Amino acid sequence: MQQGKLCNRIPVETKDKLKEILGDKGGIQYYKEMESLEVDVPALKDLLKRTLKSRLKTWLNSCMRCGLCADSCFLYIANDKDPKQVPSYKIQSTLGELVRRKGEVDTQFMMHCMDVAWAQCTCCNRCTMYCPMGIDTGVMFSYLRGILFSQGFVPWEMKIGSGMHRVYRAQMDITTEDWVDTCEWMEEETEEEWPGLKIPVDKENADIIYTVNAREAKHYPEDLADAAILFHLAGENWTVPSEGWEETSLAMFAGDWEAAKLQVKSVYSAIERLKPKRMVVTECGHAYRATVTEGPYWAGIKSGKPPVDSLHYVEWVAEALRTGKLKIDPAKRIKEPVTFQDSCNYIRNAGLADDARYIMSQIAEDFREMKPNREHNYCCGGGGGLNGIGRYRQERNIGLKVKRDQILETGAKLVISPCHNCWDALRDLEEVYKIGIRWSFLKPILIKMVVVPDHLKLSAE
Amino acid sequence: MYQFITGPLLWLSFSIFFIGCFVHVALYIRGLDFQLDRIAYNTNIVSGVKAALRSIGLWLVPFGTRCWRQNPVYTLIFYLFHVGAVVTPLFLSAHSVILKYRWGIYMPAMPDVVADVLTAGVLVAACGLLLRRMLVPEVRNLTTPRDIGVLFLSVAPFATAFMAYHQIGDVTFWTIAHILSGELFLVAVPFTKLSHIVLFFCSRIQIGMDFGIKRGGVKSSGFPW
Ligand code: SF4
Ligand code: SF4
Ligand code: SF4
Repeated sequence: MQQGKLCNRIPVETKDKLKEILGDKGGIQYYKEMESLEVDVPALKDLLKRTLKSRLKTWLNSCMRCGLCADSCFLYIANDKDPKQVPSYKIQSTLGELVRRKGEVDTQFMMHCMDVAWAQCTCCNRCTMYCPMGIDTGVMFSYLRGILFSQGFVPWEMKIGSGMHRVYRAQMDITTEDWVDTCEWMEEETEEEWPGLKIPVDKENADIIYTVNAREAKHYPEDLADAAILFHLAGENWTVPSEGWEETSLAMFAGDWEAAKLQVKSVYSAIERLKPKRMVVTECGHAYRATVTEGPYWAGIKSGKPPVDSLHYVEWVAEALRTGKLKIDPAKRIKEPVTFQDSCNYIRNAGLADDARYIMSQIAEDFREMKPNREHNYCCGGGGGLNGIGRYRQERNIGLKVKRDQILETGAKLVISPCHNCWDALRDLEEVYKIGIRWSFLKPILIKMVVVPDHLKLSAE
Repeated sequence: MYQFITGPLLWLSFSIFFIGCFVHVALYIRGLDFQLDRIAYNTNIVSGVKAALRSIGLWLVPFGTRCWRQNPVYTLIFYLFHVGAVVTPLFLSAHSVILKYRWGIYMPAMPDVVADVLTAGVLVAACGLLLRRMLVPEVRNLTTPRDIGVLFLSVAPFATAFMAYHQIGDVTFWTIAHILSGELFLVAVPFTKLSHIVLFFCSRIQIGMDFGIKRGGVKSSGFPW
């Protein structure tokens, strides 16, 4: 069966292979090869047989085709109610068709499935809430992505992302050394202003193990410094692991379940090694989803729970504010109108809406809800990996319209977004539509307004 | 003829219906897989069960969910259809007579007028559903011939009953047509989308548990469907 040099059924597992595929800028050769990538039908049939169980079968067969899910999908709205963007249609014409044909499909069909699975669904799961039959189209698309990955029909960036996890146990090429260096560097940078501040690496039995998004390590190391300052101010006994520090999972977006498992296992083994009491995850939605919500299942943990109680950053902040570990200076609260981007991954799919509201009530004087909000909020527009895929830039930009209008309606110019993906989408939204908004993670906002306890103040000049 | 279709044939239809439904449920439960579905069905049983009940309950109550509230017209049609379709055959006096006479089972019966109104409701609602399928673009695009077929299949027993009850045309003909179409419906349930009679509950329990056990149910006050 014909396979390409770059586009094939073999996952990227070495640095050389990574370099090779990265060298194909924009995936031009990659997608060209895909056009003649043959489908391994027997393997596909076998995969369906092993993994398509009653839940998915029922979802496919018991769809009443009532169309009630239509309006729930932000992509349907953004595309002027195109019937082809109805969740049920999208999944029935791809996974549904594939199953009806019992896996006897060709290259062209698989490429079509890829284009729908990554450009027409961000796996935000909003439609699930509106389906009388309880059908979760987002989960089905995630399943379809797994099938497509196994056959090599995966967007170029996703193939690279999953390869990164396989090679570096991180979504980017960051080695253990790079990471530890970054921690030390940030410790030095902040120590001056915050005497006694440490970024403890591999400390055993800490109260908190803190894990991050590789982008912070690579592109925004200040975020790590900010986290350190806030832990320092809250008096937390915390640590970061030298290995197993990466929470995110492009492997999950890619449908590479093997790599997803390797990735979360690296975090879990850091937990087992360092025996912290709890884990706190940085301001990233899909990272939390991957490592806390879904990860235990990939790793085969029967209880469905990570090895220790794990908190998203908003949970930790809410807790610190509630218990008084962190105190806000009321005079410094945000005065201007401000809104909050509810991330699907830890709000809809992890129930943290109240914590986010509590934080906003503490830090802002004029907090304005988007409509709809909380669990019903729309995807930012760039979820499920869509932000990062060049091939679908146009589709992504169209999708951003819904968030744009939601924000405009609040009248706020500042959007708090404790999620990397949403943060990126907001940045791109501003770049494309120029509506004059600013956006921010929680950490920099908090640092500006928390009360510094006397004993931690820089001794008076 | 009448003896046969209300005797052995009815028996057969009911057997296929009940066995088919039972098999659907059994296969559904057997096919659940903690790792593939990524739900620890056996842990957090309390929040799982609570969420499952909520997930069914809110969706059974008219306007109980945000989806129902956002689509008031559809919701009315939907409930008119389903309430009539479920309640009428179960509590019709003519049915309870047959049940008692044939098998000695006692079923309470409702006044015939009520049954008549409910039946008319089913017919009106079915027209509404059909029109919606044909006129609303996003629904038309989803509709397959099977969907229309299933709709006719489920409405036929009501239409024929209505004709017979109001003695429009040949009563014997409509009665026989009613019995046969009712039996056809029962037989069709396990083999068509009509299996949602039981799979609705399976699926809603499952997704309720999903959100209750894994996706936030433990950390929030219950999923706001
Ligand atoms: S709402 Fe559910 S049952 Fe209706 S068309 Fe959408 S997925 Fe199918
Ligand atoms: S999961 Fe989200 S993006 Fe995907 S079809 Fe449903 S509503 Fe649309
Ligand atoms: S990027 Fe943000 S809003 Fe979009 S799916 Fe992910 S978490 Fe949801």
